[in-house]
Amino acid sequence: MNQQFSPASLTAGMESVGVRIDGVDLSYGSHRVLKDIHLDIRPGEFFAFLGPSGCGKTTLLRLIAGFNTAQRGQVTIGGRDISALPPHKRDVGMVFQSYALWPHMTVRRNVAFGLEERRVPRAEIERRVEAALDLVGLKHLADRRPSQLSGGQQQRVALARTIVIEPKVLLLDEPLSNLDAKLRVQMRQELLSLQRKLGLTTIFVTHDQEEANTICDRIAVMDDGIVQQVGTPQELYDHPANLFVAGFLGTANVLEGQVRAMDGGGTAFVIGGASPIPLPHGIEPGAKGKLMFRPQNLFIRQDGGAPRHGHVRLMGVVRHREFLGASIRYAVDIGGQQVQVDAPHQAGDALLPPDGPINLDFAADKARFLRR
Amino acid sequence: MTSLALSREGLARVRPGPAVAAVLIALFLLLFLVVPVVQVIFVAFQDKTTGAFTLVNFADFFRNDLFMRSFWNSFYVSAMSVVVASLLALPLAYLTTRFEFRGAVLIQSLGIIPLIMPPFIGAVAMQLLFGRNGTVNLLLREHFGFSIPFMEGLNGVIFVQSIHYFPFILINLSASLKNIDRAMEESAQNLGCHGFRLFRRIVFPLAMPGYVAGASLVFIKVFDDLGTPLLLNVNDMLAPQAYLRISSIGISDPMGYVISVVLIVCSLLALWVSALAMKGKDYATVQRGGGGLARRRMKPLEMVAAYGVVLLILVLVLAPHIGLTLLSFATIWSFSPFPDALTLKHYDTVFVESGQYITNTLLYASLAALLDVVIGTAIAYLVLRTKLAGRQWLDYVAMAALAVPGVVLGIGYLRSFYDVPMPFTGQPLSGFWLILVFALAIRRLPYALRACTAALQQVSSSLEEAAENLGATKLRTISRVVVPLMSGGILAGFVTSFATAAVELSATIMLVHSQSDAPLAYGLYVYMQSAAGRGPGAALGIFAVIIVGLGTYLSHVIIERGRRERGQDH
Repeated sequence: MNQQFSPASLTAGMESVGVRIDGVDLSYGSHRVLKDIHLDIRPGEFFAFLGPSGCGKTTLLRLIAGFNTAQRGQVTIGGRDISALPPHKRDVGMVFQSYALWPHMTVRRNVAFGLEERRVPRAEIERRVEAALDLVGLKHLADRRPSQLSGGQQQRVALARTIVIEPKVLLLDEPLSNLDAKLRVQMRQELLSLQRKLGLTTIFVTHDQEEANTICDRIAVMDDGIVQQVGTPQELYDHPANLFVAGFLGTANVLEGQVRAMDGGGTAFVIGGASPIPLPHGIEPGAKGKLMFRPQNLFIRQDGGAPRHGHVRLMGVVRHREFLGASIRYAVDIGGQQVQVDAPHQAGDALLPPDGPINLDFAADKARFLRR
Repeated sequence: MTSLALSREGLARVRPGPAVAAVLIALFLLLFLVVPVVQVIFVAFQDKTTGAFTLVNFADFFRNDLFMRSFWNSFYVSAMSVVVASLLALPLAYLTTRFEFRGAVLIQSLGIIPLIMPPFIGAVAMQLLFGRNGTVNLLLREHFGFSIPFMEGLNGVIFVQSIHYFPFILINLSASLKNIDRAMEESAQNLGCHGFRLFRRIVFPLAMPGYVAGASLVFIKVFDDLGTPLLLNVNDMLAPQAYLRISSIGISDPMGYVISVVLIVCSLLALWVSALAMKGKDYATVQRGGGGLARRRMKPLEMVAAYGVVLLILVLVLAPHIGLTLLSFATIWSFSPFPDALTLKHYDTVFVESGQYITNTLLYASLAALLDVVIGTAIAYLVLRTKLAGRQWLDYVAMAALAVPGVVLGIGYLRSFYDVPMPFTGQPLSGFWLILVFALAIRRLPYALRACTAALQQVSSSLEEAAENLGATKLRTISRVVVPLMSGGILAGFVTSFATAAVELSATIMLVHSQSDAPLAYGLYVYMQSAAGRGPGAALGIFAVIIVGLGTYLSHVIIERGRRERGQDH
């Protein structure tokens, strides 16, 4: 993209606005697709709806754009209730998953379309289309047809077409899913820098946690029509609210066991084949739940020395190993339950043999007790 | 490397089978398509007495008032038929694809019904319903004191043709409307566009290729049609002029050939214009997860208006069928809104007098259709699965039959085969009934070829390789694996060819020599010449409609079943 270009001309006089979703319920027949959704997206934020397919994230996005109607609840943009407005009056720009570029128009005509519909004077249309195409670095392809462009270029045209109307909110429906892996990484950086330049409140729908983690300020993780958790990528990874969020963002080790009272007060998580793992305050003995931690929270100890302070020793047997280059992922059996362990790898290091016994030290304070 | 080179040599080893098949097909096409058409063109540029090259015949054509009037009439009638057919097709296509419309499927199916009746049969029924003294005008005059000249002169041809051919536009336009991805429309709404502007700026341009395809087909069909103007007694059009020159003056008169060349050139021009209009516009935009256009719910008043329009159009397009049915049961129907009384005697007459028309038709049409699917399958196989030099040309030449009007092919056959005596009898070969079968086969070959090619494209070549890998010879592979897998498409091609060949008039009318050899279409034409023959003619027409209707329905069922089976395979 052209770095010298000042986006001020595109966003002059624009002020970022927030989006509020209040108690939204949406059903197709008897199938409830969205269940009591509440979200508060801040002005200028890059926000993601993240979840597996069928979780309702695209339905929610289309609801904001006006292509779906909720049975209950309302959507406000910048404090104004837009729930009853038809799509063409909402002033939210949407980039479609398929880009939806019109094949019978050139790139320039595609981008000019929204301004023409707004009866913007001809000269200003010309100027703003040029500016938008410049912003996405496609000025030289203005007279091509969409079919003559690559996937990445089509994506940029779709973006230019949307931002040129200076929408209050930008909606992106899986915008990177039709690009190849390398281009995807490049485009997500470009998306982020564009969003920062324009200061445009942006909602991004994706099923790819890496995509959401790398570019979004905050994420709403969705499953089964319910918002499971909202937070920054780090909050979600480090402090997942439940097992779904824990598993959806990164690899999670989940252990089953019992919560028992400890002699010196407090509670501990007890599994077979290991010392009790102390739990933080507030978890009562007998509580139902599981212990979740990340593969990098375990350390392989081969020297036989005592565990460090705060570490708990687990004993297990190596079942599989996967050489990943920077690290080696071992699958280890601990008293009948399997955990994944990541060990950093240096050139010349020997891999642990399968079926050999192994000592694992576990940073117990990094573990999370999850009730569901 | 050596082993690779060896195996390449092995692959390149020429098998005689495909080459023999290709040569046989090439001979057939040469003899029954290329030679007759080239003959026609040749004679058009030939001096009648000396046989030298000349442009005099064309100069005569352009200097002759009757021919020029015929030319413009043909052009005017074709263009107006496109306009009227569009007026009928647009509302049906638009309403049934864009709105939540009860009975959309029924309307789409009823909309296709006109195609199953040869237009020249409908023409007579339309005279009785819409003619100067037809039902509608009699009622109008009686109650309102005026009449509408639906069927006067060229109006009649335009009216009958547009009602008959509008389904071409309806089918193509509906298909391309359905193929527009919903996101195309939603993105426009998202950018502030709605209502009629949305239709004008996004929906219609995207559906345009389908419309142009349908419209150009209507134009060509009307331009080339002989039966309808003949039956409506409109002779100052090009196709009837060609026919009349040859049948009244004789096959040595050059003007029939000149008109034929003009007909071919105009067909090619229309095809070229439509190809030009569609160049680079493959707008099938449905993406994964896409679902076609969003359907809008209508307000009650809109609903009433929409149903009113649809009902009016349906009554209009079904009028020929209604009229023909009434006529076939009518004792006397003249100068009265409806028949005086009803009877079954016309059907009786047809059975007793004209059984040979029906048996001839069944024989000719099934032979022609059989020939079509055999040649169609062979060409499809040669083109898609062999590396034979020039194999594409078989496809091109076979498809070129599309641009050859029936009259022209008929004239070409007369010219090429009239002087060839039959063995033993010494009769001209052009009068032999098998020649008529070949003409029908050539006329319908493009449709069968496309059906067979589509069917073969859906058979993965790895299925063949698997059979060969397990020890089957090429011929066994084709007969045990390829043809069975193509059978749905082949059958559909057969039925379509059969049904349309059964009612072909323009080539038939030139080639039939005796009543006893004549097919149904010819019989119809003969019956409809006299007032007394109208009743039995209509009864015969009903048979024709049943044959074509059954055929169309069958091919639809076969294609749908094939589609479902393939769907389950995956």
